[in-house]
Amino acid sequence: MTTAKERPPSRLAPADMARAAGIGLRTRRLRSVLSALGIMIGIGAMVAVLGLSESSKSDLLAQLDALGTNMLQVQASSGIGLGPGTLPDESVAMASRIGPVETVSWVGEVQGARIYKNDLVPDTQTGGLSVVAADPDLLDTLQGTMAEGVFLDQATPDFPVTVLGSVTAERLGIHTLETPTVVWLGDEWFSVVGIMDSLALSPDIDRAALVSANAAETYLGYDGVIRTVYVRADPSEIDDVRNVMPATVNPENPDQVQVTRPSDALEAREAADTALTNLFLGLGAVALLVGGVGIANVMVISVMERRGEIGLRRALGATRRHIAVQFLGESLLLASIGGAAGVLLGALVTAAYAASQGWAVLIPTVAIVGGIVAALLIGAVAGLYPAMRAARVSPTDALRTL
Amino acid sequence: MSRAIHLVRVVKTYEGSPPVHALAGVDLSINDGELVAIVGPSGSGKSTLLHIMGTLDRATSGRVEIAGVDVAELPDPDLSALRAHHIGFVFQQFFLLAGESALDNVADGLLYTGMVLKDRRELAADALARVGLASRASHMATKLSGGERQRVAIARALVGSPRLVLADEPTGNLDSKTGADILGLMMDLNTEGTTIVVITHDRALADRLPRQISMLDGAIVEDRLGVSA
Repeated sequence: MTTAKERPPSRLAPADMARAAGIGLRTRRLRSVLSALGIMIGIGAMVAVLGLSESSKSDLLAQLDALGTNMLQVQASSGIGLGPGTLPDESVAMASRIGPVETVSWVGEVQGARIYKNDLVPDTQTGGLSVVAADPDLLDTLQGTMAEGVFLDQATPDFPVTVLGSVTAERLGIHTLETPTVVWLGDEWFSVVGIMDSLALSPDIDRAALVSANAAETYLGYDGVIRTVYVRADPSEIDDVRNVMPATVNPENPDQVQVTRPSDALEAREAADTALTNLFLGLGAVALLVGGVGIANVMVISVMERRGEIGLRRALGATRRHIAVQFLGESLLLASIGGAAGVLLGALVTAAYAASQGWAVLIPTVAIVGGIVAALLIGAVAGLYPAMRAARVSPTDALRTL
Repeated sequence: MSRAIHLVRVVKTYEGSPPVHALAGVDLSINDGELVAIVGPSGSGKSTLLHIMGTLDRATSGRVEIAGVDVAELPDPDLSALRAHHIGFVFQQFFLLAGESALDNVADGLLYTGMVLKDRRELAADALARVGLASRASHMATKLSGGERQRVAIARALVGSPRLVLADEPTGNLDSKTGADILGLMMDLNTEGTTIVVITHDRALADRLPRQISMLDGAIVEDRLGVSA
């Protein structure tokens, strides 16, 4: 009689394990594809969300980089009891005396003046546009560019000319200055000499028509009140500049001065995008979970249908463990096929959308690796119970079926 | 001559109310090289006996020695190893894997021995030739006739040169002509040295084999040597 030690054990080589795990997929293709689809959609959604948010973030950062984060916008607080706020006349001079400040420009709202395409437009149709007096350095301080024509300059301070913000030009239907163009501004005809490109950091200016201070005083009754001061400062000292600004421009009432950093708004938009991204990631995770339940379901059915095969394999010498590993492997295979397809899908969606937006395509490695790992985890969890069930099937019961 | 199977007072009782006494104290020895028919009506316990001889099920009490090994105390993985190396099975329903060729189905007979695929396929080709199906090696299992499928299944049982082949109603799903061919094949293989136990409810078929064991109600009622006329 031989002892247990002399008998070789029951063994299944890893390559054979993989082959055995694949047999169910090969013989039930449609079902396998459908159940992998769930995982594919979940992973695809998550990869696309991560890829898109990363691509748009990189675009935003590039935008911020180009615009600079070293601009401050100084305004008088307007509130109950204060009326429309104004800054002291000296504020521009005072602000420019702060050491790290590089350029200072100002804007004053011309009260009561409105801009219309012509003198036939009813007074109430203001289009939400405003008229402001601006100094000639404003374009530099805002780092703006001209879409058409030129900005206000020292040569034309006294003529009735205006420069339109991008939204203003759009609303008035003025797209080109090839032919001399006039607008009805206040109660005068003003020549349009320039149209500005959109200013990401100063949407107020986009909605304004700009005139020089002298022209505003001469034709529109402008009282010289400064509403907003724009300041560019050394980026490394921007926080210090911001802190001393209120007391500098209005030493008597520093609490009536509001200093904002427009680039913060863009960053806030980014934060809002992040919240949205998390929401979509959550939805992707739900899709993934549903995909996992689908795989578990298919595997449970597969185990029931393949009792005969399980019995045969036990008769051929498979241990319970071999059976469990085979079904777990099948589940992992399904999930990883779905996961790989999902990563591909997500990457394609990201590439297509980024291309349509003119963004650089950026798919974070963590999304690709994470997508595959998440799919494998789901596959493992989904396959665990069916695999244990398959292993527990008694070979005699299994062979009696059919 | 050593014993392929040695059973002493083997009892198998299935729990339940009332409990089912599938085997009620079976004593049986089968030597290496024998060809034995176990015959009996449905419910006589012959399938239970085959499962116990094939280590797919455990006896409730009694001594079970298979291929020289006392299997009562062996843990499950060791029983699997015993089946992988020493026992071949043939079933009424063939149990071929649909997604594989005839050759790979036969090679699966060695799947759990750890032998590499190339060697398994070589031995499988030999085994297919022995059952007369060398020309069908690349056919998918689902494309074969019933008789061919059972030949593939027999080749799969033989491919590892087991000490013992257990056949459970191997002709049950075949017409009588094909069934006779399959039985002839098993007799040929037996003359080449393979120990074969065939379970059947077909008395006429059993009578063609050298030894017939008749069962009724979980007990052996007759153990007869010699082919009857």
